[in-house]
Amino acid sequence: MRRSRVREMPILRVIARALVPLILLFGLYVQFHGDFGPGGGFQAGVIFAAGLIVYALIFGREALQRVMPTILTERLMAAGVLLYGAVGVAAMFLGGEFLNYSALDPLTTGHYGQHLGIIVIELGVGIAVAATMMRVYYGFVNSRLASENGWAAGEGDAP
Amino acid sequence: MPPVELLLLLLLLATVVVVARLKDLFAAAMLTGIASLLAAGLFVLMDAVDVAFTEAAVGAGISTVLLLGALSLTSRREKQERTRVVPLLIVAATGAALIYGTWDMPAYGDPDAVIHHHLAPDLIAQTEEKIHIPNIVTAILASFRGYDTLGEVVVIFTAGVGVALLLGGLTRRRQGQHGEGDP
Repeated sequence: MRRSRVREMPILRVIARALVPLILLFGLYVQFHGDFGPGGGFQAGVIFAAGLIVYALIFGREALQRVMPTILTERLMAAGVLLYGAVGVAAMFLGGEFLNYSALDPLTTGHYGQHLGIIVIELGVGIAVAATMMRVYYGFVNSRLASENGWAAGEGDAP
Repeated sequence: MPPVELLLLLLLLATVVVVARLKDLFAAAMLTGIASLLAAGLFVLMDAVDVAFTEAAVGAGISTVLLLGALSLTSRREKQERTRVVPLLIVAATGAALIYGTWDMPAYGDPDAVIHHHLAPDLIAQTEEKIHIPNIVTAILASFRGYDTLGEVVVIFTAGVGVALLLGGLTRRRQGQHGEGDP
């Protein structure tokens, strides 16, 4: 059976080019619409990372790593967790308990504080999850073993 | 059981049996994605859209990609092994015990089930009163259970660090400026 390179298949390239922006946009929608519809930071982070990984599968991981270098994913992993924790600490400084978002908005009854807290911690979750998924993917495709039969890195033969 | 759910369950059963019997690991990885999608469809029919969403995004989306990534580190075919009886018996016994356990569970949608009377009414009332967002699942996960969710994010972070350390190590500062992951 003849094998062809994933990166040279025109149908895959055209479809990926059309789909990846939509996947990323959908990820952002799920992220910021999580308090009204189903979804939230975890699902949004996974969808966003999946969109970027599809791009890497078709156009090569070097193309993706120019935008999202490995070290950036590592920093974002930590930044997401810290953002979540920082909301909790901010609530403490504003006179509430750790992660009591109502304290973020001392002027009203606390609804706006709750909205703000939920949006920001969901953003932290989304960043941490997306960065972790990307880092795990990089871990697989960057390792020395993968370069031997590494079509998943977007550089070898289609299976 | 409604016909759509029965169809999904039968397809799910067929998929997992095929996955267990396939020797081609690439096809098996793809079929696990399909199994997740079928499970997500079942969750939607049971009105658990948040769970379905997670199952579709994680099971059908990212874990398929990660399985393929793992496959690129190993061979594409499973080694031929004869069927062993003892593991099969253990799996069958565990499955039977789990099915036996479901007999004591309340019927699906039963309004008298304990879970609908213990915490849920409180949380539903307080979401309206204190948080004012329409999605009660988000309110519970992000606000009432904020500690849990923080813990889960730390777990994901730790898992990511663990995988990174196992597969080549974290990026050192000087290499990172060139965007290289592996020395």
